[in-house]
Amino acid sequence: MSEKLLVIGESRDGSLRNVTFEAIAAAKKISADGEVLGIVCGDSDLENQAQEMIYYGADRVITVKHDNLKTYTPEGYGQAVMAVISDESPTGIVMGHTSIGKDLTPKIASKLEAGLISDATDIDMEDGKAVFTRPIYSGKAFEKKIITSGITFATIRPNNIPALERDETRSGDISTKDIDISDIRMVIKEVIRKASEGVDLSEAKVIIAGGRGVKSADGFKPLEELADVLGGAVGASRGACDADYCDYSLQIGQTGKVVTPDLYIAVGISGAIQHLAGMSNSKVIVAINKDPEANIFNVADYGIVGDLFDVVPMLTEEIKNMK
Amino acid sequence: MNIYVLLKKTFDTEEKIAVTNGRIEDDGAEFIINPYDEYAVEEAIKQRDEHGGEVTVVTVGDEDSEKQLRTALAMGADKAVLINTEDDLEDGDQFSTSKILEAYLDEKDVDLILAGNVAIDEASGQVGPRVAERLGIPFVTTITSLEIDGDTVNIDKDVEGDIEKVETSLPLLVTCQQGLNDPRYPSLPGIMKAKKKPLEELEIDDLDVDEDELEPKTKTTDIYLPPEKEAGKVLEGEIEDQVKELVSLLKTDSKVI
Repeated sequence: MSEKLLVIGESRDGSLRNVTFEAIAAAKKISADGEVLGIVCGDSDLENQAQEMIYYGADRVITVKHDNLKTYTPEGYGQAVMAVISDESPTGIVMGHTSIGKDLTPKIASKLEAGLISDATDIDMEDGKAVFTRPIYSGKAFEKKIITSGITFATIRPNNIPALERDETRSGDISTKDIDISDIRMVIKEVIRKASEGVDLSEAKVIIAGGRGVKSADGFKPLEELADVLGGAVGASRGACDADYCDYSLQIGQTGKVVTPDLYIAVGISGAIQHLAGMSNSKVIVAINKDPEANIFNVADYGIVGDLFDVVPMLTEEIKNMK
Repeated sequence: MNIYVLLKKTFDTEEKIAVTNGRIEDDGAEFIINPYDEYAVEEAIKQRDEHGGEVTVVTVGDEDSEKQLRTALAMGADKAVLINTEDDLEDGDQFSTSKILEAYLDEKDVDLILAGNVAIDEASGQVGPRVAERLGIPFVTTITSLEIDGDTVNIDKDVEGDIEKVETSLPLLVTCQQGLNDPRYPSLPGIMKAKKKPLEELEIDDLDVDEDELEPKTKTTDIYLPPEKEAGKVLEGEIEDQVKELVSLLKTDSKVI
Protein backbone atom coordinates (compact mmCIF):
# COMPACT_ATOMS: atom_id res chain seq x y z
CA MET A 1 0.00 0.00 0.00
CA SER A 2 1.43 3.31 -0.87
CA GLU A 3 1.73 5.78 1.95
CA LYS A 4 -0.20 9.01 2.15
CA LEU A 5 0.97 11.37 4.87
CA LEU A 6 -1.09 14.33 6.00
CA VAL A 7 0.79 17.34 7.32
CA ILE A 8 -1.25 19.76 9.40
CA GLY A 9 0.05 23.25 8.66
CA GLU A 10 0.30 25.84 11.39
CA SER A 11 0.48 29.54 10.79
CA ARG A 12 1.17 32.54 12.92
CA ASP A 13 0.31 36.07 11.84
CA GLY A 14 -0.64 34.87 8.38
CA SER A 15 2.41 32.85 7.46
CA LEU A 16 3.37 29.26 8.12
CA ARG A 17 5.68 28.47 10.99
CA ASN A 18 8.98 26.89 10.13
CA VAL A 19 8.03 23.72 12.00
CA THR A 20 5.39 23.05 9.33
CA PHE A 21 8.17 22.76 6.76
CA GLU A 22 10.09 20.47 9.11
CA ALA A 23 6.93 18.36 9.43
CA ILE A 24 6.77 18.10 5.63
CA ALA A 25 10.38 16.85 5.58
CA ALA A 26 9.47 14.30 8.28
CA ALA A 27 6.40 13.18 6.33
CA LYS A 28 8.42 12.79 3.14
CA LYS A 29 10.84 10.53 4.99
CA ILE A 30 7.99 8.32 6.22
CA SER A 31 5.98 8.32 3.00
CA ALA A 32 8.94 7.19 0.87
CA ASP A 33 7.53 7.37 -2.67
CA GLY A 34 4.02 8.02 -1.47
CA GLU A 35 2.16 11.28 -1.27
CA VAL A 36 2.54 14.15 1.16
CA LEU A 37 -0.68 16.05 1.52
CA GLY A 38 -0.96 19.32 3.41
CA ILE A 39 -3.85 21.04 5.09
CA VAL A 40 -4.07 24.70 6.08
CA CYS A 41 -6.96 26.22 7.98
CA GLY A 42 -7.96 29.83 8.53
CA ASP A 43 -10.48 32.53 7.79
CA SER A 44 -8.63 34.47 5.10
CA ASP A 45 -6.76 33.76 1.90
CA LEU A 46 -4.81 30.56 2.35
CA GLU A 47 -3.45 30.20 -1.19
CA ASN A 48 -0.02 31.61 -0.31
CA GLN A 49 0.45 29.29 2.62
CA ALA A 50 -0.64 26.30 0.54
CA GLN A 51 1.87 27.33 -2.15
CA GLU A 52 4.64 27.57 0.45
CA MET A 53 3.89 24.03 1.63
CA ILE A 54 4.36 22.87 -1.95
CA TYR A 55 7.65 24.77 -2.31
CA TYR A 56 8.84 22.95 0.79
CA GLY A 57 7.93 19.51 -0.52
CA ALA A 58 4.18 18.85 -0.19
CA ASP A 59 2.63 17.17 -3.25
CA ARG A 60 -0.87 18.52 -2.75
CA VAL A 61 -2.55 20.91 -0.31
CA ILE A 62 -6.13 21.28 0.82
CA THR A 63 -7.26 24.60 2.24
CA VAL A 64 -10.22 24.93 4.60
CA LYS A 65 -11.48 28.49 4.95
CA HIS A 66 -14.18 29.40 7.43
CA ASP A 67 -14.96 32.33 9.72
CA ASN A 68 -14.87 29.96 12.67
CA LEU A 69 -11.24 29.09 11.88
CA LYS A 70 -9.96 32.63 12.48
CA THR A 71 -8.36 31.55 15.72
CA TYR A 72 -7.40 28.04 16.66
CA THR A 73 -9.82 26.06 18.79
CA PRO A 74 -9.52 22.29 19.18
CA GLU A 75 -13.09 21.84 18.04
CA GLY A 76 -12.88 24.12 15.00
CA TYR A 77 -9.59 22.79 13.70
CA GLY A 78 -10.60 19.29 14.78
CA GLN A 79 -13.65 19.40 12.51
CA ALA A 80 -11.63 20.70 9.55
CA VAL A 81 -8.87 18.12 9.90
CA MET A 82 -11.28 15.24 10.56
CA ALA A 83 -13.22 16.13 7.40
CA VAL A 84 -10.03 15.91 5.34
CA ILE A 85 -9.00 12.67 7.07
CA SER A 86 -12.32 11.02 6.32
CA ASP A 87 -12.10 12.03 2.63
CA GLU A 88 -8.47 11.13 2.15
CA SER A 89 -7.82 8.26 4.58
CA PRO A 90 -4.15 9.10 5.13
CA THR A 91 -1.83 6.35 6.37
CA GLY A 92 -0.07 8.85 8.62
CA ILE A 93 -0.32 12.34 10.12
CA VAL A 94 2.51 14.68 11.11
CA MET A 95 2.40 18.04 12.85
CA GLY A 96 4.73 20.27 14.84
CA HIS A 97 4.96 19.71 18.59
CA THR A 98 3.84 23.26 19.31
CA SER A 99 1.16 24.67 21.56
CA ILE A 100 -1.45 23.92 18.87
CA GLY A 101 0.06 20.57 17.90
CA LYS A 102 0.04 19.38 21.51
CA ASP A 103 -3.59 20.45 21.82
CA LEU A 104 -5.03 19.22 18.55
CA THR A 105 -3.27 15.93 17.81
CA PRO A 106 -4.29 13.95 20.92
CA LYS A 107 -7.90 14.95 20.21
CA ILE A 108 -7.69 13.61 16.67
CA ALA A 109 -5.77 10.50 17.77
CA SER A 110 -8.44 9.82 20.36
CA LYS A 111 -11.24 10.21 17.83
CA LEU A 112 -9.45 7.87 15.42
CA GLU A 113 -8.55 5.47 18.28
CA ALA A 114 -4.99 5.83 17.03
CA GLY A 115 -1.60 5.89 18.69
CA LEU A 116 0.38 9.12 18.72
CA ILE A 117 4.09 9.58 19.22
CA SER A 118 4.58 13.11 20.45
CA ASP A 119 7.66 15.31 20.52
CA ALA A 120 9.81 13.25 18.16
CA THR A 121 13.30 14.60 17.56
CA ASP A 122 14.34 12.10 14.90
CA ILE A 123 12.92 9.47 12.56
CA ASP A 124 14.68 6.40 11.21
CA MET A 125 13.13 4.13 8.65
CA GLU A 126 13.70 0.45 9.42
CA ASP A 127 12.18 -2.12 7.06
CA GLY A 128 9.76 0.50 5.80
CA LYS A 129 8.60 1.28 9.30
CA ALA A 130 9.13 4.60 11.07
CA VAL A 131 11.10 4.45 14.30
CA PHE A 132 10.80 7.67 16.27
CA THR A 133 13.32 9.01 18.77
CA ARG A 134 11.98 11.16 21.57
CA PRO A 135 13.38 12.57 24.78
CA ILE A 136 11.93 11.30 28.06
CA TYR A 137 12.52 12.51 31.60
CA SER A 138 13.08 15.96 30.06
CA GLY A 139 16.05 14.82 28.04
CA LYS A 140 17.72 12.83 30.81
CA ALA A 141 17.08 9.80 28.56
CA PHE A 142 15.79 8.98 25.08
CA GLU A 143 13.41 6.34 23.81
CA LYS A 144 12.80 4.76 20.42
CA LYS A 145 9.16 4.23 19.72
CA ILE A 146 7.07 2.63 16.98
CA ILE A 147 3.40 2.54 16.13
CA THR A 148 2.19 -1.04 16.44
CA SER A 149 -1.20 -0.69 14.79
CA GLY A 150 -3.23 1.89 12.94
CA ILE A 151 -1.95 5.04 11.31
CA THR A 152 1.50 6.51 11.85
CA PHE A 153 0.85 9.64 13.86
CA ALA A 154 3.52 11.91 15.28
CA THR A 155 4.29 15.44 16.37
CA ILE A 156 7.85 16.63 15.83
CA ARG A 157 9.84 18.96 18.02
CA PRO A 158 10.72 22.24 16.30
CA ASN A 159 14.37 22.69 15.31
CA ASN A 160 15.38 19.03 15.13
CA ILE A 161 14.36 17.62 11.74
CA PRO A 162 15.69 19.94 9.03
CA ALA A 163 13.22 21.29 6.46
CA LEU A 164 13.95 20.73 2.78
CA GLU A 165 15.28 23.58 0.66
CA ARG A 166 12.53 25.88 -0.52
CA ASP A 167 12.14 25.23 -4.22
CA GLU A 168 9.89 27.50 -6.28
CA THR A 169 9.99 25.17 -9.24
CA ARG A 170 8.01 22.57 -7.34
CA SER A 171 4.36 22.40 -8.27
CA GLY A 172 1.35 20.68 -6.84
CA ASP A 173 -2.40 20.78 -6.73
CA ILE A 174 -4.12 23.19 -4.34
CA SER A 175 -7.79 22.64 -3.68
CA THR A 176 -10.37 24.11 -1.36
CA LYS A 177 -12.67 22.16 0.85
CA ASP A 178 -15.93 23.71 1.97
CA ILE A 179 -17.21 22.45 5.25
CA ASP A 180 -19.40 23.91 7.90
CA ILE A 181 -17.50 24.46 11.12
CA SER A 182 -20.04 24.72 13.91
CA ASP A 183 -20.84 23.85 17.52
CA ILE A 184 -17.64 25.27 18.92
CA ARG A 185 -18.04 25.25 22.66
CA MET A 186 -15.47 27.90 23.42
CA VAL A 187 -14.71 31.49 22.44
CA ILE A 188 -11.26 33.07 22.35
CA LYS A 189 -12.14 36.51 23.67
CA GLU A 190 -8.72 38.08 23.59
CA VAL A 191 -5.08 37.26 23.03
CA ILE A 192 -2.59 39.13 25.19
CA ARG A 193 0.78 39.12 23.51
CA LYS A 194 3.54 38.75 26.00
CA ALA A 195 6.11 36.57 24.35
CA SER A 196 5.74 36.88 20.62
CA GLU A 197 7.53 40.19 20.24
CA GLY A 198 10.75 38.28 20.41
CA VAL A 199 11.81 34.93 19.05
CA ASP A 200 9.82 31.93 20.28
CA LEU A 201 11.84 29.85 22.75
CA SER A 202 10.86 26.50 21.28
CA GLU A 203 12.02 27.49 17.80
CA ALA A 204 14.99 29.68 18.76
CA LYS A 205 18.41 28.73 17.42
CA VAL A 206 20.06 30.80 20.15
CA ILE A 207 18.87 31.09 23.74
CA ILE A 208 20.26 33.39 26.41
CA ALA A 209 18.97 32.15 29.77
CA GLY A 210 19.22 33.95 33.09
CA GLY A 211 19.16 32.55 36.59
CA ARG A 212 19.09 33.92 40.11
CA GLY A 213 22.42 35.60 39.34
CA VAL A 214 20.66 38.28 37.28
CA LYS A 215 19.31 39.56 40.63
CA SER A 216 16.24 41.45 39.36
CA ALA A 217 13.83 41.91 36.47
CA ASP A 218 16.11 44.73 35.27
CA GLY A 219 19.00 42.30 35.37
CA PHE A 220 17.48 40.61 32.31
CA LYS A 221 18.07 43.71 30.16
CA PRO A 222 21.70 42.91 29.24
CA LEU A 223 20.53 39.38 28.33
CA GLU A 224 17.83 40.80 26.08
CA GLU A 225 20.38 43.01 24.34
CA LEU A 226 22.63 40.02 23.72
CA ALA A 227 19.65 38.02 22.44
CA ASP A 228 18.84 40.88 20.07
CA VAL A 229 22.25 40.92 18.41
CA LEU A 230 22.21 37.13 18.06
CA GLY A 231 18.59 36.93 16.86
CA GLY A 232 17.87 34.69 19.82
CA ALA A 233 15.32 34.32 22.59
CA VAL A 234 15.58 34.91 26.32
CA GLY A 235 14.87 32.08 28.73
CA ALA A 236 15.21 31.58 32.47
CA SER A 237 15.82 29.06 35.20
CA ARG A 238 13.16 28.22 37.72
CA GLY A 239 15.07 30.20 40.34
CA ALA A 240 14.69 33.40 38.31
CA CYS A 241 10.97 32.73 37.74
CA ASP A 242 10.29 31.87 41.39
CA ALA A 243 12.04 35.09 42.40
CA ASP A 244 9.65 37.00 40.08
CA TYR A 245 12.42 38.32 37.83
CA CYS A 246 10.47 37.05 34.83
CA ASP A 247 7.38 35.19 33.68
CA TYR A 248 7.02 31.40 34.06
CA SER A 249 6.53 31.16 30.31
CA LEU A 250 10.30 31.65 29.99
CA GLN A 251 11.19 28.79 32.31
CA ILE A 252 13.49 26.11 30.93
CA GLY A 253 13.87 22.84 32.78
CA GLN A 254 12.20 19.66 33.88
CA THR A 255 9.13 21.68 34.77
CA GLY A 256 9.06 24.27 32.05
CA LYS A 257 10.27 24.10 28.49
CA VAL A 258 12.75 21.61 27.13
CA VAL A 259 14.89 23.24 24.46
CA THR A 260 17.55 22.17 21.98
CA PRO A 261 18.96 25.31 20.35
CA ASP A 262 22.28 25.48 18.49
CA LEU A 263 23.66 27.82 21.14
CA TYR A 264 22.60 28.07 24.79
CA ILE A 265 24.19 30.76 26.92
CA ALA A 266 23.51 30.17 30.63
CA VAL A 267 23.99 33.40 32.55
CA GLY A 268 24.07 33.40 36.35
CA ILE A 269 22.59 29.90 36.41
CA SER A 270 24.06 27.47 38.91
CA GLY A 271 22.92 24.37 37.03
CA ALA A 272 20.46 22.42 39.16
CA ILE A 273 19.71 18.96 37.78
CA GLN A 274 16.15 20.08 36.91
CA HIS A 275 17.49 22.92 34.79
CA LEU A 276 20.11 20.77 33.09
CA ALA A 277 17.34 18.34 32.11
CA GLY A 278 15.72 21.07 30.04
CA MET A 279 18.78 22.31 28.14
CA SER A 280 21.68 19.87 28.29
CA ASN A 281 20.98 18.55 24.79
CA SER A 282 21.64 21.96 23.26
CA LYS A 283 24.37 21.76 20.63
CA VAL A 284 26.77 24.27 22.19
CA ILE A 285 26.50 25.46 25.79
CA VAL A 286 28.24 28.52 27.21
CA ALA A 287 28.20 29.23 30.94
CA ILE A 288 28.84 32.62 32.50
CA ASN A 289 28.95 32.52 36.28
CA LYS A 290 30.82 34.11 39.17
CA ASP A 291 31.12 30.80 41.00
CA PRO A 292 33.81 28.59 39.45
CA GLU A 293 32.31 25.59 41.28
CA ALA A 294 28.86 26.04 39.70
CA ASN A 295 27.48 22.78 38.31
CA ILE A 296 26.66 24.46 34.99
CA PHE A 297 30.37 24.35 34.08
CA ASN A 298 30.13 20.53 34.02
CA VAL A 299 27.86 20.59 30.98
CA ALA A 300 29.18 23.76 29.33
CA ASP A 301 31.39 23.58 26.25
CA TYR A 302 32.84 26.97 27.11
CA GLY A 303 32.83 28.74 30.42
CA ILE A 304 33.69 32.22 31.64
CA VAL A 305 34.10 32.74 35.36
CA GLY A 306 33.13 36.34 35.99
CA ASP A 307 30.46 38.88 36.85
CA LEU A 308 27.68 38.61 34.28
CA PHE A 309 27.10 42.37 34.42
CA ASP A 310 30.62 42.86 33.07
CA VAL A 311 30.77 39.88 30.75
CA VAL A 312 27.39 40.01 28.99
CA PRO A 313 27.61 43.63 27.75
CA MET A 314 31.17 42.97 26.56
CA LEU A 315 29.97 39.92 24.70
CA THR A 316 27.18 41.93 23.09
CA GLU A 317 29.67 44.59 21.95
CA GLU A 318 32.13 42.02 20.62
CA ILE A 319 29.45 40.29 18.55
CA LYS A 320 28.16 43.65 17.25
CA ASN A 321 31.70 44.53 16.16
CA MET A 322 32.16 41.21 14.47
CA LYS A 323 29.04 41.64 12.33
CA MET B 1 -19.67 20.24 41.82
CA ASN B 2 -18.10 16.91 40.96
CA ILE B 3 -14.42 17.50 40.38
CA TYR B 4 -11.99 14.82 39.22
CA VAL B 5 -8.23 15.07 39.09
CA LEU B 6 -6.14 12.79 36.86
CA LEU B 7 -2.94 12.12 38.71
CA LYS B 8 0.24 10.27 37.88
CA LYS B 9 3.21 9.38 40.02
CA THR B 10 6.55 10.31 38.51
CA PHE B 11 10.21 10.13 39.40
CA ASP B 12 11.33 12.86 41.77
CA THR B 13 12.88 15.67 39.72
CA GLU B 14 16.14 15.21 41.69
CA GLU B 15 16.54 11.64 40.47
CA LYS B 16 19.34 10.75 38.12
CA ILE B 17 18.23 8.35 35.44
CA ALA B 18 19.89 4.99 34.93
CA VAL B 19 19.03 2.51 32.19
CA THR B 20 19.41 -1.27 32.39
CA ASN B 21 18.59 -3.48 29.44
CA GLY B 22 16.63 -0.79 27.66
CA ARG B 23 14.53 0.03 30.71
CA ILE B 24 14.60 2.86 33.21
CA GLU B 25 15.99 1.62 36.51
CA ASP B 26 13.41 2.43 39.20
CA ASP B 27 14.67 0.42 42.16
CA GLY B 28 15.10 2.73 45.10
CA ALA B 29 13.96 5.79 43.17
CA GLU B 30 11.91 8.44 44.94
CA PHE B 31 8.49 9.08 43.47
CA ILE B 32 6.35 12.19 43.71
CA ILE B 33 3.06 13.49 42.36
CA ASN B 34 3.82 14.71 38.84
CA PRO B 35 4.56 18.43 39.50
CA TYR B 36 1.96 19.62 36.96
CA ASP B 37 -0.66 17.36 38.57
CA GLU B 38 0.02 19.14 41.87
CA TYR B 39 -1.34 22.32 40.30
CA ALA B 40 -4.41 20.30 39.29
CA VAL B 41 -4.96 18.98 42.83
CA GLU B 42 -4.50 22.46 44.31
CA GLU B 43 -6.91 24.05 41.83
CA ALA B 44 -9.50 21.32 42.40
CA ILE B 45 -9.41 21.95 46.15
CA LYS B 46 -9.69 25.72 45.66
CA GLN B 47 -12.64 25.38 43.28
CA ARG B 48 -14.40 22.98 45.64
CA ASP B 49 -13.86 25.33 48.58
CA GLU B 50 -15.38 28.14 46.53
CA HIS B 51 -18.26 26.32 44.85
CA GLY B 52 -18.87 23.27 47.03
CA GLY B 53 -18.83 19.65 45.93
CA GLU B 54 -16.26 16.94 46.05
CA VAL B 55 -12.76 16.28 44.71
CA THR B 56 -11.85 12.77 43.58
CA VAL B 57 -8.28 11.99 42.58
CA VAL B 58 -7.84 9.17 40.07
CA THR B 59 -4.71 7.29 39.07
CA VAL B 60 -4.14 4.51 36.58
CA GLY B 61 -1.08 2.63 37.77
CA ASP B 62 0.30 0.18 40.27
CA GLU B 63 -0.26 -0.22 44.00
CA ASP B 64 2.73 1.99 44.79
CA SER B 65 0.68 4.93 43.48
CA GLU B 66 -1.29 4.77 46.72
CA LYS B 67 1.35 6.96 48.35
CA GLN B 68 0.80 9.84 45.90
CA LEU B 69 -2.98 9.45 46.21
CA ARG B 70 -2.69 9.69 50.01
CA THR B 71 -0.62 12.86 49.60
CA ALA B 72 -3.40 14.36 47.45
CA LEU B 73 -5.92 13.37 50.14
CA ALA B 74 -3.69 15.01 52.74
CA MET B 75 -3.63 18.19 50.63
CA GLY B 76 -7.43 18.21 50.85
CA ALA B 77 -8.95 15.99 48.18
CA ASP B 78 -12.01 14.06 49.41
CA LYS B 79 -11.65 10.68 47.74
CA ALA B 80 -9.08 8.73 45.79
CA VAL B 81 -9.38 5.97 43.23
CA LEU B 82 -6.55 3.72 42.15
CA ILE B 83 -7.22 1.80 38.97
CA ASN B 84 -4.60 -0.88 39.40
CA THR B 85 -3.56 -2.32 36.04
CA GLU B 86 -0.53 -4.23 37.32
CA ASP B 87 -2.07 -7.68 36.91
CA ASP B 88 -4.02 -7.04 33.73
CA LEU B 89 -1.91 -4.89 31.46
CA GLU B 90 1.61 -5.79 30.57
CA ASP B 91 2.16 -2.59 28.67
CA GLY B 92 0.05 0.43 28.27
CA ASP B 93 0.27 3.68 26.40
CA GLN B 94 -1.68 6.93 26.28
CA PHE B 95 -4.34 5.22 24.20
CA SER B 96 -4.96 2.49 26.79
CA THR B 97 -4.71 4.83 29.78
CA SER B 98 -7.29 7.18 28.32
CA LYS B 99 -9.63 4.27 27.44
CA ILE B 100 -9.46 3.11 31.07
CA LEU B 101 -10.14 6.62 32.36
CA GLU B 102 -13.00 6.95 29.89
CA ALA B 103 -14.55 3.72 31.17
CA TYR B 104 -14.24 4.98 34.74
CA LEU B 105 -15.45 8.55 34.16
CA ASP B 106 -18.18 7.71 31.67
CA GLU B 107 -20.41 6.44 34.47
CA LYS B 108 -19.86 9.49 36.64
CA ASP B 109 -21.64 12.79 36.75
CA VAL B 110 -18.64 14.94 35.90
CA ASP B 111 -18.53 18.74 36.07
CA LEU B 112 -14.82 19.44 35.93
CA ILE B 113 -11.76 17.31 35.27
CA LEU B 114 -8.27 18.66 35.93
CA ALA B 115 -5.00 17.12 34.83
CA GLY B 116 -1.39 18.20 34.55
CA ASN B 117 -0.45 19.66 31.19
CA VAL B 118 2.28 17.08 30.82
CA ALA B 119 3.93 14.42 32.96
CA ILE B 120 7.63 15.01 33.50
CA ASP B 121 8.57 11.39 32.73
CA GLU B 122 7.10 10.36 29.38
CA ALA B 123 5.92 13.88 28.56
CA SER B 124 3.29 12.89 26.04
CA GLY B 125 0.71 15.41 27.22
CA GLN B 126 -1.94 13.31 25.54
CA VAL B 127 -4.09 11.76 28.23
CA GLY B 128 -6.09 14.87 29.21
CA PRO B 129 -7.23 15.85 25.69
CA ARG B 130 -7.79 12.20 24.78
CA VAL B 131 -10.09 11.66 27.77
CA ALA B 132 -12.05 14.86 27.02
CA GLU B 133 -12.55 13.73 23.44
CA ARG B 134 -13.75 10.29 24.55
CA LEU B 135 -16.19 11.85 27.01
CA GLY B 136 -17.40 14.37 24.44
CA ILE B 137 -16.62 17.41 26.58
CA PRO B 138 -14.57 20.49 25.65
CA PHE B 139 -11.02 20.87 26.92
CA VAL B 140 -8.54 23.70 27.39
CA THR B 141 -4.86 22.89 27.85
CA THR B 142 -2.07 24.76 29.70
CA ILE B 143 -4.33 26.98 31.78
CA THR B 144 -2.95 29.61 34.17
CA SER B 145 -6.26 30.90 35.55
CA LEU B 146 -9.71 29.38 36.08
CA GLU B 147 -12.89 31.22 37.07
CA ILE B 148 -16.19 29.42 37.26
CA ASP B 149 -19.46 31.33 37.38
CA GLY B 150 -22.45 29.02 37.15
CA ASP B 151 -21.91 27.02 33.97
CA THR B 152 -19.68 29.67 32.44
CA VAL B 153 -15.94 29.25 32.75
CA ASN B 154 -13.32 31.91 32.06
CA ILE B 155 -9.82 30.70 31.51
CA ASP B 156 -6.37 32.13 30.86
CA LYS B 157 -4.52 29.76 28.59
CA ASP B 158 -0.74 29.94 28.12
CA VAL B 159 0.11 29.76 24.43
CA GLU B 160 3.88 29.70 24.20
CA GLY B 161 4.07 32.66 26.56
CA ASP B 162 1.07 34.61 25.23
CA ILE B 163 -2.19 34.56 27.15
CA GLU B 164 -5.44 33.57 25.47
CA LYS B 165 -8.62 34.55 27.29
CA VAL B 166 -11.03 31.67 26.68
CA GLU B 167 -14.69 31.47 27.60
CA THR B 168 -16.27 28.03 27.71
CA SER B 169 -18.70 26.01 29.80
CA LEU B 170 -19.03 23.05 32.13
CA PRO B 171 -18.60 20.10 31.92
CA LEU B 172 -15.00 20.67 30.99
CA LEU B 173 -11.50 19.23 31.15
CA VAL B 174 -8.50 21.48 31.70
CA THR B 175 -4.78 20.77 31.91
CA CYS B 176 -2.78 22.84 34.35
CA GLN B 177 0.31 24.92 33.70
CA GLN B 178 2.81 26.52 36.01
CA GLY B 179 1.59 29.86 37.33
CA LEU B 180 -1.98 28.61 37.95
CA ASN B 181 -1.48 28.45 41.72
CA ASP B 182 0.98 27.54 44.46
CA PRO B 183 0.30 23.97 45.52
CA ARG B 184 -0.01 23.64 49.30
CA TYR B 185 2.00 21.21 51.38
CA PRO B 186 -0.03 18.61 53.24
CA SER B 187 -0.49 19.74 56.87
CA LEU B 188 -0.08 17.35 59.78
CA PRO B 189 -3.83 17.33 60.52
CA GLY B 190 -4.32 16.84 56.76
CA ILE B 191 -2.07 13.80 56.84
CA MET B 192 -3.95 12.37 59.83
CA LYS B 193 -7.31 12.95 58.15
CA ALA B 194 -6.09 11.46 54.87
CA LYS B 195 -5.63 8.09 56.53
CA LYS B 196 -9.37 7.89 57.11
CA LYS B 197 -10.45 9.16 53.71
CA PRO B 198 -11.74 6.59 51.20
CA LEU B 199 -9.23 5.14 48.75
CA GLU B 200 -11.00 2.83 46.36
CA GLU B 201 -9.01 0.27 44.42
CA LEU B 202 -10.36 -0.97 41.11
CA GLU B 203 -9.13 -3.34 38.45
CA ILE B 204 -9.91 -3.47 34.74
CA ASP B 205 -12.54 -6.13 35.47
CA ASP B 206 -14.46 -3.63 37.58
CA LEU B 207 -14.84 -1.31 34.62
CA ASP B 208 -17.03 -1.56 31.57
CA VAL B 209 -14.16 -2.07 29.14
CA ASP B 210 -12.80 -5.14 27.43
CA GLU B 211 -9.12 -5.92 27.98
CA ASP B 212 -8.78 -6.57 24.24
CA GLU B 213 -9.75 -2.96 23.58
CA LEU B 214 -6.83 -1.74 25.66
CA GLU B 215 -4.08 -3.12 23.45
CA PRO B 216 -1.59 -0.23 23.15
CA LYS B 217 -1.04 1.36 19.75
CA THR B 218 2.59 2.26 20.34
CA LYS B 219 5.58 0.44 21.70
CA THR B 220 8.92 1.52 23.13
CA THR B 221 11.67 -0.53 21.52
CA ASP B 222 14.66 1.00 23.27
CA ILE B 223 15.60 3.43 26.02
CA TYR B 224 19.09 4.88 26.30
CA LEU B 225 20.98 7.71 27.91
CA PRO B 226 22.28 10.65 25.88
CA PRO B 227 26.03 10.57 25.26
CA GLU B 228 27.93 12.07 28.14
CA LYS B 229 29.17 15.55 27.53
CA GLU B 230 32.90 15.94 27.52
CA ALA B 231 34.20 18.40 30.06
CA GLY B 232 34.18 21.83 28.53
CA LYS B 233 36.78 24.52 28.41
CA VAL B 234 36.79 27.19 31.07
CA LEU B 235 38.51 30.20 29.53
CA GLU B 236 41.29 32.05 31.27
CA GLY B 237 42.97 35.44 31.32
CA GLU B 238 41.54 38.96 31.41
CA ILE B 239 37.76 39.00 31.03
CA GLU B 240 38.03 41.09 27.87
CA ASP B 241 40.33 38.51 26.28
CA GLN B 242 38.07 35.67 27.38
CA VAL B 243 35.12 37.34 25.68
CA LYS B 244 37.11 37.79 22.47
CA GLU B 245 38.24 34.17 22.59
CA LEU B 246 34.69 32.96 23.23
CA VAL B 247 33.27 34.85 20.25
CA SER B 248 36.00 33.49 18.04
CA LEU B 249 35.40 29.91 19.25
CA LEU B 250 31.67 30.20 18.69
CA LYS B 251 32.24 31.59 15.23
CA THR B 252 35.04 29.42 13.88
CA ASP B 253 35.08 26.20 15.94
CA SER B 254 31.45 25.51 16.66
CA LYS B 255 30.03 27.76 13.93
CA VAL B 256 26.93 28.71 15.88
CA ILE B 257 27.09 32.47 15.39
